[in-house]
Amino acid sequence: METIVNKDTERWDLVIEGRSSLFDLKFREVWHYRDLLMMFVKRDFVSFYKQTILGPLWFFIQPLFTTIIFTFVFGNLARLSTDGLPQPLFYLAGITAWNYFADCITKTSTVFKDNANIFGKVYFPRLIMPLSIVTSNLVRFGVQMLLFLGVMGYFAATGADFRITSAILLFPLLVLMMALLGLGLGLIITAMTTKYRDLSFLVSFGVQLLMYMTTVIYPLSAAPDKYRRLIELNPMTGMIEAFRHAFLGKGEFSAWSLGYSALVTLIIMVLGVVIFNKTEKNFVDTV
Amino acid sequence: MTVAIKVENLSKVYQIGQIGTGTISRDIERWWITKVMGKDDPFLKLGETNDRTIKRKSNVVWSLKDINFEIQQGDAVGIIGRNGAGKTTLLKLLSRVTSPTIGTIKIKGRVASLLEVGTGFHPELTGRENIYLNGSILGMRKKEIDRKLDEIVDFSGVERYIDTPVKRYSVGMSVRLAFAVAAHLESEILIVDEVLAVGDAEFQKKCLGKMEEVGKQEGRTVLFVSHNMSAVRNLCNTGVLIANGEIRYSGSTETAIVEYLHSNSQNNLDFPIELGNIKIDKFEYKQVGLDHLLCFDFIVLKQVPREHYVKLSIKSAHDEIIFENSQRLDTSLPNRCISLQYESDLAFLRNGDYKIYLTVFEHGMRWLLRDEFLLEITKYIPRDGSVDHFGIVTPMGAWSSQIHSSLQAT
Repeated sequence: METIVNKDTERWDLVIEGRSSLFDLKFREVWHYRDLLMMFVKRDFVSFYKQTILGPLWFFIQPLFTTIIFTFVFGNLARLSTDGLPQPLFYLAGITAWNYFADCITKTSTVFKDNANIFGKVYFPRLIMPLSIVTSNLVRFGVQMLLFLGVMGYFAATGADFRITSAILLFPLLVLMMALLGLGLGLIITAMTTKYRDLSFLVSFGVQLLMYMTTVIYPLSAAPDKYRRLIELNPMTGMIEAFRHAFLGKGEFSAWSLGYSALVTLIIMVLGVVIFNKTEKNFVDTV
Repeated sequence: MTVAIKVENLSKVYQIGQIGTGTISRDIERWWITKVMGKDDPFLKLGETNDRTIKRKSNVVWSLKDINFEIQQGDAVGIIGRNGAGKTTLLKLLSRVTSPTIGTIKIKGRVASLLEVGTGFHPELTGRENIYLNGSILGMRKKEIDRKLDEIVDFSGVERYIDTPVKRYSVGMSVRLAFAVAAHLESEILIVDEVLAVGDAEFQKKCLGKMEEVGKQEGRTVLFVSHNMSAVRNLCNTGVLIANGEIRYSGSTETAIVEYLHSNSQNNLDFPIELGNIKIDKFEYKQVGLDHLLCFDFIVLKQVPREHYVKLSIKSAHDEIIFENSQRLDTSLPNRCISLQYESDLAFLRNGDYKIYLTVFEHGMRWLLRDEFLLEITKYIPRDGSVDHFGIVTPMGAWSSQIHSSLQAT
């Protein structure tokens, strides 16, 4: 009798079970480990520029050079339209936003593989790792935004034709959406790669191909009608267009397309977290 | 006393062999059967007990099968078993690195686990930064680490290098730091797997001391996996013996150790063995009281003019030959069975595991069997509570003491 009473009153801090609900996402635990998230972000930065000469300057170099190349190839050789905007500004806007999304996706897509060692030895909410990646990318994105603003300032001083619109108020939402979409896709891919390594090959050039399906190097207005639907189907298109509209005043910005992007982002994000959580429990055995 | 950990019907299935081709079709099949048709997973049924020495057809193995136990708060539990018995799997499940296939684990309090050395250390970061990183990985808040930093650094004994990147540390230094962090965690349960193997003797002692302190003074629960029986004996008040994924024994440390050491005594050569003109028909190992008996039945198939010898080499755990002993085998007449027996109480050896190797050769040095591992035996005579001694042998010396009248200054 006593044991039965005992059992009822016993309170466990932690119950580990073989099968748990698909939607038991343990967000409270993630919150408890927030210090760890910051620690990982810090680690990423410190290890990024340790033993380099230029250090954090590398954050500028990549978008800057990409812009120069794009201006040369797509602007001067291919003469693609830039909606009447100065070419470097147009490309830099696209690259800055796209890079953030692309980094989120590629870096989170290898989270299980890269951290198999540490995941195999110690427990912490696995979601901390991809979240820390997105956060440290956010800092990098912030730095690159400074570059973008600087270039904007330069072109403003030379009297180029662009204007900041009120859509800039949506900027935080845009960043969040890009982060979540990248994160969601990355989570799905990383969960799948634990079993099927093939996907990891797909990611690196898949992201690159996706860029050409997004309005990074051309404006949506210049897209041929045949492919317009397809390009609009890409949730990143709405965001990049909105981003350009906000900062440069050009681009097809509509609540409808942004709403569509938000919906897709939400679906992919939820799907990603659920799949990730399911994989997380046993991935150590298959990776 | 309250229960700190309660494990019920815990099982863990692993797929062994290659994982890769065919998984997609298998996954779909499995999903169809379990989710859509609502039946049991067919792949689990194929599972067999976890015995690494026996080859089976199925590539699914029960690394742990139906484990049940309870651990009281404040217990120091030694988990012992042979390689691949499922010890580490159990610890992994307890520390949530992987999740069980079936069953539940209920835990009261926070768990800090040290499954391997330097878990989560980042080579580019300094020792200090890594203390913070590792501490937060183990679930500590930053404030807690701030409070304990000095203690951790002090315990690790690497003050001199604390602001040097960990990649320049020796393995031993990383272990020291890693253990120091884990030991100073504010957790109710500490899980330690075989980490002490790397540190030097002084640090091993320090770790064991710390673990003892953690258990006995702070009332924390310690789970300790080790092959070092003397460490288990000194540290733990409860022993759990795991064999082939099942709990063979759970109770007093001493009994668990004896059971474990006894279960080790299995031979590894497959008898009978034909060796040209002679054959070893049977081999048997017995323990009679304190005596170890090795019995061989030889059959002489064909008359051989030259003499044959049988040699036993007794080696320590470090593969040093402690002694050898050989015996002539009379092969002058064919079709005879010769029983050979070696008997020793090994009184001159310390308690511990010893490996016996068998060599059979013809006079003139033609090897028939050369240094083949025969079996591992355990010399174990329960401690009478006296002082610990170390060394390889235990020669009987004679002490004498005389008491003289007290010396007085003249």
